[in-house]
Amino acid sequence: MWQALYEELKPANFVVIAVALESRGADAARPSIEHAKPTYPCLIDIDHTVARLYNMINVPQAVWIDEHGHIVRPTETAGVTEGFRKMNPTTYEMPKQEIEEGAAARSRYLDAIRDWVANGAKSKFALAAAEARRRTPQFTPDVARAHATFRLGRYLVEHGRRDEGLQTLEKAVALNPDAWSMWRQMADLDTVGKSGGPEFWARVRALGDKRYYAAVDMPGEP
Amino acid sequence: MTTIISAGTVHRVTERADGTDLWLTPKQFEAVTGFALKPEGFCRDAICIPIPPGRDAHYRHNRKINVAAFAHLTHRPWVGTETGDTWVLEEPAEARNEALQSLDAPDFELPDLDGQLHRLSDYRGKRVLLSSWASW
Repeated sequence: MWQALYEELKPANFVVIAVALESRGADAARPSIEHAKPTYPCLIDIDHTVARLYNMINVPQAVWIDEHGHIVRPTETAGVTEGFRKMNPTTYEMPKQEIEEGAAARSRYLDAIRDWVANGAKSKFALAAAEARRRTPQFTPDVARAHATFRLGRYLVEHGRRDEGLQTLEKAVALNPDAWSMWRQMADLDTVGKSGGPEFWARVRALGDKRYYAAVDMPGEP
Repeated sequence: MTTIISAGTVHRVTERADGTDLWLTPKQFEAVTGFALKPEGFCRDAICIPIPPGRDAHYRHNRKINVAAFAHLTHRPWVGTETGDTWVLEEPAEARNEALQSLDAPDFELPDLDGQLHRLSDYRGKRVLLSSWASW
């Protein structure tokens, strides 16, 4: 997903770290990685550790971290749009307008990264500390409990206690209902394919006017 | 045998949970929580959290310490199976929020496809796009 950008910006001291939130482990992520042949690190995160540390709730979400290890853009949607919601669920076809809007959003996001890599803290896309703090998603006690419950459920599934594990993951989802990463991972552990099946689409429809991917607040965004 | 997952490490103890209560020896307790019970309270580094007055028996009894009571006192999620044989102790929401509000990117170590471990901090000195994805 990031290979061309990485190759372009690598000489400017830039790296992508792609983290696969994959409770089924490396083999679930392997086909995509081997197909894309990325030269940046692609890590396998069976416990969704990075989602827990950075309060991520969906993929792709990204964080910008500067050369000192400081967050300059906290967790946010990484260059994708709501266009998939207009997809034909049988043919997977998308209307032309959504395809174009999706490509434009991705292009704006990549340009923002280029600007940051070129200009560092002076980039208009690198947030001042106060603004980065303000935008940082807050953990609530329920979200913290959801992560503990998710970890327990995943451990049970891995250790041959599938039904009990899936029931436990249901509880995690109930505590953190906005976390699509938890619901979809649970569905994927239940049956491969379920995470994008009829139940997924029913959940997406149930959003109504609410967004699936939070809007990105960046200069140049519509 | 009871399994406790804490800070990503799996601990096994012979003690059994009673409801959500799980009484551990001081040594087990310190291994699981990172805190030692001292006269001034539950201590880690320079920080001590006192036991609420009059509630001592809820926290310690017969040279054992109740992890569930400690978790409740310190707002740590403590989640177990119905039979009480497997538990997860998690960092409190406040600690996660404080960590992110510091803007120091939380460090982690994860394997790549070949099992080679990478730490985020290995990439200090570079601008990093840390991005999530999944096959599902």
